[in-house]
Amino acid sequence: MSDKDTASINRNRAVDGALKLYIVLGYAFVFAPIAASFVFSFNSDRFPSIPLGQFSLEWYQAVASDPLVWQGLRNTLFVGVTVGVLATALGFGAAYTDYRYRFFGKQVYLALALLPPTIPVIILGLAMLAYLSRINLSGNALSVIITHVVICAPFAMAIIRLRLSQMDPDLEAAAWNLGASEWAAMRHVIVPFAMPAILGALFITMAVSFDEFAIAWFVSGLNETLPVKVLGFLQGQVSPRINAIGTFVFVTSMTLVILAQLLLTGRGEKNRPAADE
Amino acid sequence: MTNDALVTFEGVVKRFGSFVAVQRMDFEIAKGEFLAIMGSSGCGKTTTLRMLAGLEAPSEGVIRLAGKPINDLPTWSRDTPMVWQSLALFPFLNVIENVEFALKMRGVGKAERRRRAEQWLERMQITEFAGRNISQLSGGQRQRVALARSLVVEPEILLLDEPLSALDAALKVRMQSVLKNLQRETGITFVYVTHSQSEAFSMADRVVIMSRGKIEQIGTPQEIYRTPRTRFVADFLGSSNIFTGKVAAAEGGIVTLNTPAGALSLASPDPSAHAVVGQTASLTVLDTKTNLALRSPSGRDLNAIPVRMIGEEFIGATATVYLETRDGQEIRIQKSHEELANLPLQIGQEFEAYWSYDDGHLVMEH
Repeated sequence: MSDKDTASINRNRAVDGALKLYIVLGYAFVFAPIAASFVFSFNSDRFPSIPLGQFSLEWYQAVASDPLVWQGLRNTLFVGVTVGVLATALGFGAAYTDYRYRFFGKQVYLALALLPPTIPVIILGLAMLAYLSRINLSGNALSVIITHVVICAPFAMAIIRLRLSQMDPDLEAAAWNLGASEWAAMRHVIVPFAMPAILGALFITMAVSFDEFAIAWFVSGLNETLPVKVLGFLQGQVSPRINAIGTFVFVTSMTLVILAQLLLTGRGEKNRPAADE
Repeated sequence: MTNDALVTFEGVVKRFGSFVAVQRMDFEIAKGEFLAIMGSSGCGKTTTLRMLAGLEAPSEGVIRLAGKPINDLPTWSRDTPMVWQSLALFPFLNVIENVEFALKMRGVGKAERRRRAEQWLERMQITEFAGRNISQLSGGQRQRVALARSLVVEPEILLLDEPLSALDAALKVRMQSVLKNLQRETGITFVYVTHSQSEAFSMADRVVIMSRGKIEQIGTPQEIYRTPRTRFVADFLGSSNIFTGKVAAAEGGIVTLNTPAGALSLASPDPSAHAVVGQTASLTVLDTKTNLALRSPSGRDLNAIPVRMIGEEFIGATATVYLETRDGQEIRIQKSHEELANLPLQIGQEFEAYWSYDDGHLVMEH
């Protein structure tokens, strides 16, 4: 209670309220389309219109009974999980290299490692298609995995690098000093310390791959991922099935991102030292 | 090389690029001793310790541990555990897991390492914290965990890099006695790096004083305190008055220097004293051995110089009086309150500062 009292002395109630309203409006603007899609996915009407019809799961049933959707989902999941694991492993390696070593051209190394997400996806997709088809790797799930790893690894690196930068620089040397070889120190000290960030990176990269459309559309060929499949639906007809798929994809991605957030911010709170003896 | 040397440094040099961190170092660490390496920051003391731990490789020279050269031995293959200034406890492990770490890395079985870790927790009186997270411990408790973690492998030597610097003054003193007792009971050789004179002198059997990558003096705290070997050491300890001049005479065991404060003599106990007439040298005299009187004291073999009082300071039972010589050099005397009771201690008062030839100590300039 006293906490609140002291805080309120230095606050203006009107400003406080206005700021809260501003946040609510901001979120409303961002999430309104998604919320609409969510609501209409449970609506029995053929076209999204108000007033709403009845609550219905028919669009979900329609989607669930479409083998092509299942095919797309399987592709998406397979690609997403593989990309998550590969990108996180690569990102960890890159982040550890940055943490551990000093070498000539390190700034260039870092800039190149973080570059891919800054390239417009259309250009990256086209370039990837041209390149992969030249080496006969285009048009299958592998090509999507390769391209998604390129996009996702920098995210993983950034997340893990941040965590490693919070590590006491003596920690690894302390492990060596206590008899751990370099591999043992990696396994028993670096990885456990970075674990929240590693899992966070895993979920984020999965979510990025799960949502990514443009590049997948360029290189996937017949092995379409779900977002590419959605475009297929849209080109044919506007069906509320889109809403059902959209809701599903959104919920999945949000779950992954929220998990990552919990992992990345949950720790670190406990680092307050106890009172001295 | 003596038989009981556990560690020897033979011509060890460490360079970082063009910077020489440690210059040609030759010394031994005896088995079972408590050795403190002391110096101001950047003097190379921590680099010396890190070379011993295998965290830095010497640029030249050989370091031997129990007679065997260890230059090329990676740190994880040496038994040279270190207590870090940051403590470097593993935050994702609890107290007992931290202590078990070194045993785990050596492939000791689960039950065995738990048993041995528990013994050390008990010894360090932190058994009740076994299951706690490191973040839930106080500074003093963490210190004990760090010690237990390093000592659990029962090494021959323990390296300590300013382990007490993060503690408050009272806890520091308590941990000093914990460390000293631990060293005495276990017989493990302690190499303790610090910039704190009180830590080094209160715990160590021998002290190494370093400056700019060079060893200035090695000796027992008493030796270093009474007979600093170089002017740097005398200055660094800050407990002596130092008068520098040219050697005017050196005969019959008495060396006389011409200093700006006047001609000062001292009895040189070493007949082969390397004092050469005309050379630059310093006379040092402990501030506790320097006396104060209103008039020039009578008596043989005394140095006396006129001084003027410029300040005083009381610390507990002793008082420090600050004085200025005629040529403007500041000197200092330290006495109990009783010893000073009869003197009119007022700023600006003229006194004679005097001390016996026997209390003077000669330091040659190198």
